[in-house]
This record gives sequence, structure tokens and C-alpha cells, in this order.
Amino acid sequence: MEILTWTYILVGISFALYIGIAIWSRAGSTQEFYVAGGGVSPLANGMATAADWMSAASFISMAGIISFAGYDGSVYLMGWTGGYVLLALLLAPYLRKFGKFTVPDFVGDRYYSNTAKVVAVICALFISFTYVAGQMRGVGIVFSRYLEVPIEWGVVIGMCIVFFYAVLGGMKGITYTQVAQYCVLIFAYMVPAIFISMQLTGNPIPQLGLGGEVADGTPLLDKLDGVLAELGFAAYTSGRKSITDIFMITLALMVGTAGLPHVIVRFFTVPRVKDARLSAGYALVFIAILYTTAPAIAAFGMYNAIDSTSEKNISGLPEWISTWQKTNLISVEDKNGDGKVQYVADPVANELTIDRDIMVLASPEIAQLPNWVVGLVAAGAMAAALSTAAGLLLVISTSVSRDLFKTFKPEISEKRELRIARIAAAGAVLLAGYFGVNPPGFVAQVVAFAFGLAAASFFPVIIMGIFSSRINKEGAISGMITGLVFTIGYIIYFKFISPETNNAEYWWFGVSPEGIGSIGMILNFIVCVTISKFTPAPPQAVQDMVQEIRIPRGAGKAQDH
Amino acid sequence: MPSQNEKMKAYWRKNLQTLFILLLVWFAVSFGCGILFVDQLNEIRLGGYKLGFWFAQQGSIFAFVILIFVYVARMNRLDREFDVDEE
Repeated sequence: MEILTWTYILVGISFALYIGIAIWSRAGSTQEFYVAGGGVSPLANGMATAADWMSAASFISMAGIISFAGYDGSVYLMGWTGGYVLLALLLAPYLRKFGKFTVPDFVGDRYYSNTAKVVAVICALFISFTYVAGQMRGVGIVFSRYLEVPIEWGVVIGMCIVFFYAVLGGMKGITYTQVAQYCVLIFAYMVPAIFISMQLTGNPIPQLGLGGEVADGTPLLDKLDGVLAELGFAAYTSGRKSITDIFMITLALMVGTAGLPHVIVRFFTVPRVKDARLSAGYALVFIAILYTTAPAIAAFGMYNAIDSTSEKNISGLPEWISTWQKTNLISVEDKNGDGKVQYVADPVANELTIDRDIMVLASPEIAQLPNWVVGLVAAGAMAAALSTAAGLLLVISTSVSRDLFKTFKPEISEKRELRIARIAAAGAVLLAGYFGVNPPGFVAQVVAFAFGLAAASFFPVIIMGIFSSRINKEGAISGMITGLVFTIGYIIYFKFISPETNNAEYWWFGVSPEGIGSIGMILNFIVCVTISKFTPAPPQAVQDMVQEIRIPRGAGKAQDH
Repeated sequence: MPSQNEKMKAYWRKNLQTLFILLLVWFAVSFGCGILFVDQLNEIRLGGYKLGFWFAQQGSIFAFVILIFVYVARMNRLDREFDVDEE
């Protein structure tokens, strides 16, 4: 069968599955809508967290980024997994014991202040919106590449699907569809990786294949270092960024991961505190499967790309190159007219341009796998984009209906609140879809900064709220605002006001805008502690609450207090 | 028999000790082996990998997974010991 037919079949089956699950698990109460009734098993929650977490960017782009960045790409690998250790050890169990529905809930109660809550809601909305627009765009791109429909139509179809199960099912529907989506995406990611690993190194496990040897007996990574050096590139296994910058970016991504509201909220859905701990462990196992495979795909892809093009006759290039040339993801231009491809570091002489997304998207064709695998990768990429979009939309709708509406109008009935949550989810889908069709030019850049902002705003006040009973609302509010303003200011200055100075020479302490969230976080901590020291201690009731959340017994279901 | 309050303080202290040790390992495998000392470790080989590079792209992630499960086991034991576990 044709690739296109297979793609339609596999994507169609997976969509039917998600919709079926959504109908089966409709939400009937606000509790089911916000936290799936608090009855999700740790294993299912771990899987759902993994799908929620791994976005279109993780699935499609990350391996490609590592291909071109080599060692420097490690910041994403360590940053986006190490955060789960912080989440499991420092946040998840305590927030589960606290037992409400959202991060702003916690901030509002712990800091006994609606101002603190509103600041937290604004942070949550800002982070989630920048993130979700990127996901919708991802859905559109996958559709247009694989199903040959215009990007706009892709976004609209994606919106309809997400609308259906996020609005209808709330957290309950999302959780069980995410479990299915995880299975689809991990299968789709692993199949080509295993085959390529086998072809290149003879070892079917990509994690071992990356450390294996190619046909002539040299280790793959050494071979790659050598080949790249010959072409004038930096060695694959050594970095180009400064150690300070690598350190700060990794830290910002780790802490940002632990501070992302759509990830934190997943740990409200399990029954007990010990389930929250265990569930974070499962989540990281499921994430690690993809994250330890990605660097293997990255190195294999780079090796294959060079091996099959460099100094080869243009007329004799493998078939996948001409296929992907049509989509402009690869372009070959014979500048010196010798009929061969020169892939070199010097941009003037270089004749081959490869888009980073090719490393995953074209992997089945590079490995000469049957057509159904191509359809499978398309379904996997869709699963990654849809699951993340749904999780984010839920945070947005919860923030509006619960954290804003209910805070200022506490007397509304449960039925009405549920309706408002659904309307907010619908509104968020439309808005996200609009940005998917008309992406603001800065979306791609901004998504990475969502982490910096989460690191600089949420993480410190949640940690301090749990591990200190002395931190008060004055400290928390000024800390959050300091972290946020500093980080946004630094990013806006270097990205939009003065982009020509965006290099190591002008950066403060040599920290790039990607890593500045770390400094913002430290400032937040300092301001938070200092201001709290000079202002009155929190009321006794709040101090008692802090003692209470430190002890697992008596967690009960997440509920309205 | 120590008061409930004293007991909870002891529980919290033990919890913090556990966190401190585990986070130390967390820092060592990622920021230590994967970033600060990556060049020194790259002199050592692990099969086809340079060790520092392996820590940065594989080893640290495996270590993170193990850390969380050690934490889960250790805390479950601590909860039972101090009689604060759930049903």
C-alpha cells in the first residue's frame, strides 16, 4: 500500500481510539473534570504524565537538535529529565497531601492572599498559552506533511479532536487518552530507532548501539567526531557553549520542568501521597525510554546523512533525499558545479541544507522500513502534540473557572462551575487554534522561555511554602514578581529590543537568555527570604497547615475544603 | 514515650536527611559528571562512549530514575517506622 493510505489508516485508527476513550470516560463532576476524581493508579498516571510531558517538540525536533548540537544538546536531555527528581522529592508528595486542584490554589492558601493567587494564575496562563500555541502549530505541520492537507486544515482538525475530549472529558478523559497516546508515541519512536541501530551497529538496543561500533570496527561516536572534523565542524562529543552557560540552561530547564503547572497538576489525580511519589518514578521511566533513545537517533541520523551524501554524485543520492526535498526539509544546491554534494562547515561552500526535523521524520525511510512505519511515525507525532495540548488546555480552563471565577464568586453551583470550565476550555482551544494558524513569529523562541519563567516564578515559592513555615505572603509575592520581571526583562531585551547584542560578550555573567531563569530563580529565593524576615510571620493556621502537609497520613481525595 | 510533636520533628529531620543525600547524588551525576568534570571524565572510556559524554546523554538519566525509586522505598519505610503511612 501507498504511504499516504497507511498514514490515513493509522492516524484514523488512533483518533477513533482517543474519541472512544473520551466518550467512555466523560466527566460528571468538577472533581472528575479537574483531577479525574483523584482515583488514577500510579502506573496509569505515570504514563499519562509522560505523554503530557513529551510534546511535538520532544518527538519531532529534539533528536534533530542534538544531531546538530552534539554534546551541547545534553542540556535538553538532562534538563527535561532531571526536573522529575526535584518534582518527586520536593513537590509532588506535599502538594498531593495539600489536596486541592491547582498550583494557584496552593499559592493562594499557603500565602493566605488572593493577590498571590492572581499573580500565580497570570504566570500559569502565560506559561500554558505560549506552550499550547506551539503544540497546535505542531499538529498542523504533521498533518500537512503526512496527509498532504494545508497547515490551516491540519490545525482545525487537531482543534476538533482536542475540543472533543478535553471539553467533554476534562482531566478524566485526558488521563485515559494520554495513556493510549503514550503507547502510540513510544512504539512509533522506538521501531525505526531499533532498526537503524541494528543496521549501523548490529545492536538492536539503541542505547547500546550509540556506544557500539560501525562496520569498520571504529566506535560510532569516534567515527562521527572524525568525519565532522574533516568537514570543518566541531567534534560531536565536545561542546561549543561555555560551561557556565550549559550549567545555567540545564538548571533552568530542570527547575522549570518541576514548576510547570500542567505537570504538577497530574500528581493531584492519584489517591495517596505514596502514589504521588511512585507515580513520578513511573513517569520518569516512561520518559527516559524516549529520552535515552533520542541521542542515539541523533547520532545515527547525522552519521547516515553524511555517509549517504557527502562527496556523492547528486544523481545517485538515496531515494529518501529526493522525497524530502519536495517538502523543502532537505535542499541540495551544486554551487561549484562538480556534480557532487559538499557538506561542509563553511556556509559559502556548503551545498546541503538539512532541517533538524528530518532526523526523526525521515528515519523510517532512511532505514528502508515498510510504508506502514512511516504512517506509524505520523500517528506518534500526532499523539505527542495532542496529548500535550490537551493537558495545557485543561490548566487554562481550570485557571479561569476555578482560580479566577470561583475565587471571586465562591457561591456558584458545581454545575455552573463545570459549565464555565467547559466554556473556558472551548475558548482556549479556539484561541490556541488561532495562534496555530497565524503563529506569532516568536512562538518557537518563547516556548523555551516558558521554562525560564516557570523556574523564576513558581518553583521557589512552592518549595519555600513547603520547607519553611516562616515565609509569608509579602515575601512570596515580591519574590514571584522579582523573578518574573527580571527574567522577562532579560529575555525581551536580548531577543526583541537588542537582538544584535545577543551573544556571550554582552550576556550578564555569560548566561544566555535560555539559562537566565536560573538567575531569576535565585533572585526570587533571596527576595522571598529577605522580605519575609522583616515582615510578620504567617498566621498560626497557615503554619499548622505547613506541618500538616509534611505528613502523609490522612491525604484523602482531592477536594474543596 | 516522646510527644507527638517531637516524633514529627524527628520524622521531618530524617526526611530532610534523605533528601539531602539523594539530591547530592542528583547534582553529582548531572552537573558534576555531565558538565563540570566532563572533560576529565572524557579521558576514560566506557565501551564506545567517552565517559563524560555518556553521563551527559545517558548515565545521568538512568541515575535519575534509580534515585526516585530509592526515594520511594526509603520514604515508605520511614512512613511505617513513624506510623504516618496511609492505609
